[in-house]
Amino acid sequence: MTESLLRIDGLGVDFHTDDGVVHAVTDVSLAVEAGEIVAIVGESGSGKTVTAMSVLRLLPKAAEVSADAIAFRGTDLRTLSGAELRKIRGGPVGMIFQDPMTALNPVMTIGAQVAEAVVLHQVRPDKKAAWQRAIELLRLVGVPDPGERVKQYPHEFSGGMRQRAMIAMAIANDPDLIIADEPTTALDVTIQAQVLALLKKAQAETGAATILITHDLGIVAELADRVVVMYAGRVVESAGVTELFATPRHPYTKGLLASLPRMDVDVDQLDPIPGNPPNMADPPAGCAFHPRCPLARDRCRTDRPPLLAIGAGRTSACHFNEELA
Amino acid sequence: MGAFLVRRLSINVLVFFLITIAIFALVHKTPGDPIAMQIPADQLNSGSAEFIAQKRAELGLDGSLVTQYWHWLTNALHGDLGYSLLNGRPVTEVLGERVGPTVELMGVGLLVSLLIAFPLGILAARRRNSWLDYGATVVSLGSVSVPVFFVALIVIYVFTLKFQWFPSSGISDPTNPSLLNTLHHLVLPALILGFGNSGPFMRYVRSSMITELGADYVRTANAKGAPPRRVVLRHAFRNSLIPVLTVIASNLPQLLAGAVVIEQVFAWPGMGQLAVSSVNQHDYSVIVGFALLIAILVLLSNLLADVLYTVVDPRVRLR
Ligand SMILES: Nc1ncnc2c1ncn2[C@@H]1O[C@H](COP(=O)(O)OP(=O)(O)OP(=O)(O)O)[C@@H](O)[C@H]1O
Ligand code: SF4
Ligand SMILES: [Mg+2]
Repeated sequence: MTESLLRIDGLGVDFHTDDGVVHAVTDVSLAVEAGEIVAIVGESGSGKTVTAMSVLRLLPKAAEVSADAIAFRGTDLRTLSGAELRKIRGGPVGMIFQDPMTALNPVMTIGAQVAEAVVLHQVRPDKKAAWQRAIELLRLVGVPDPGERVKQYPHEFSGGMRQRAMIAMAIANDPDLIIADEPTTALDVTIQAQVLALLKKAQAETGAATILITHDLGIVAELADRVVVMYAGRVVESAGVTELFATPRHPYTKGLLASLPRMDVDVDQLDPIPGNPPNMADPPAGCAFHPRCPLARDRCRTDRPPLLAIGAGRTSACHFNEELA
Repeated sequence: MGAFLVRRLSINVLVFFLITIAIFALVHKTPGDPIAMQIPADQLNSGSAEFIAQKRAELGLDGSLVTQYWHWLTNALHGDLGYSLLNGRPVTEVLGERVGPTVELMGVGLLVSLLIAFPLGILAARRRNSWLDYGATVVSLGSVSVPVFFVALIVIYVFTLKFQWFPSSGISDPTNPSLLNTLHHLVLPALILGFGNSGPFMRYVRSSMITELGADYVRTANAKGAPPRRVVLRHAFRNSLIPVLTVIASNLPQLLAGAVVIEQVFAWPGMGQLAVSSVNQHDYSVIVGFALLIAILVLLSNLLADVLYTVVDPRVRLR
């Protein structure tokens, strides 16, 4: 078996807070193959960001991370020295964050920030060349008049333009993997489509595999090859995108899909999952979804369903997988 | 940027006029005949009654309060602050020769305090809750809670009396007033002044750095592969300066207050020393001039802070 581009095995992340220990992520495993787009979906607080940040060890010091492996091209990122890790950060792995206003440094020009991404990975740092490359990258991501706009500061850019600059930084060194954490959530709806199209283009051009974190199942349907559904810090279902949309097997996934606006259904017939995601400092016993699950039975309140293979490339964590097929 | 500075400048000018009104009220309330403050003492003593009456008219002292204020202000703005009640010298001259030593002491003192506060504050922020952080807290608490004169006395005992490394009196040796000699004299007072002011600065640098180090753009810099040094100094530090600048500027009056005490202890011939002796000897005209000068200094430093703002924060330039 060939090594996956990225393999996360048994990831757990705890935060020690005043309310007790928060198990933000528990026993999450996922693999990303070269060139594929894997979407991670789930409601707010389900652990998507924490999972993504743990790859490049970007979580705050307070986070307690445990895992059997976090391997990029077979190299375990957990044991790398700081210097080795920095070669991977922004090099073969690029990141895009949710809010491009706060994710850019307000007192540095856009050009300086994009050029920094370049210069940090040059074998022989060449600031002039990096600046030229920054202009080129901004042109590539569709920033108009990049020769002038490199000299501007983030507050002089619109939200969409800022996110384009973020994307320029992420692809600056021709990455093999892009991790995009809700890249369009903070943007206006009209801008979202443009930025998504750009992401698609960047992905196609660099051939980079992508982890795409989102709430938006519409984006998933449009871009992803595979989908990982998270609930309360765990993976509850994973499948190819076509299979997942056609035959969701986990009740939570079914609920998510039912809440999608559809062409053939009136909007006010939308059917969001009733209830709220659990408090992660004190999650429900048994299946964490049971308080909201329409199919919950006694067993669900006490026994946690394991994540089981339910067919080629599919997993699901529900006691009644078989019945739901 | 121009608009921002013009607005700040006009606010400062307005504040300046309000302050002059307050100071004039003081002048008006001081005991004795105001004319005594505005003509040299020898003229006052030798002059005939007509002469005094004529002067009084010239100075507008016969007019309404508003005319009096106007006369006083225009004279002051032309550098005429009246005459010392003590020795009859023009107040501008008396003050003028004291400005240099105080600015020198305050400038070097400020530099010292920043040289202590910035490295210590940044280190404490990076290693929060480490022994280094606690140590820095103790040092900064010490710097604010131990009175300046007490530190000064200990330092003088150790470095002047015991080891005889540094002089502790005056601005330079009258027999050898070279730059080097002046600097030698400056060491102890500037160090003490700087140390005394470093505490609050350090706390602000620390908390500002902690905020910035947790910011999203810091995570972005890390995600790009920037080394820690660069993340701290290039990214977080510059952002942390924005609030710290205000604190430094607004702390200048305290710095001056510290300088006044230190000038007493070290017989430093600056404004503070002059102010204290003028108060002791009821030399009101000098006190008034001193108050006016302080107001100008504080406003100038606020203006300087505004200029620095526009340098550090590009968002201000547009506003
Ligand atoms: N620094 C932290 N300290 C304490 N708890 C944290 C911290 N960061 C995240 N958490 C907790 O971890 C859990 C997962 O958070 P995470 O940010 O991964 O959610 P998410 O799926 O990305 O949600 P969203 O869609 O809102 O971005 C949440 O319950 C959150 O409260
Ligand atoms: S295990 Fe029970 S509660 Fe959990 S999803 Fe399946 S049916 Fe619902
Ligand atoms: Mg998130």
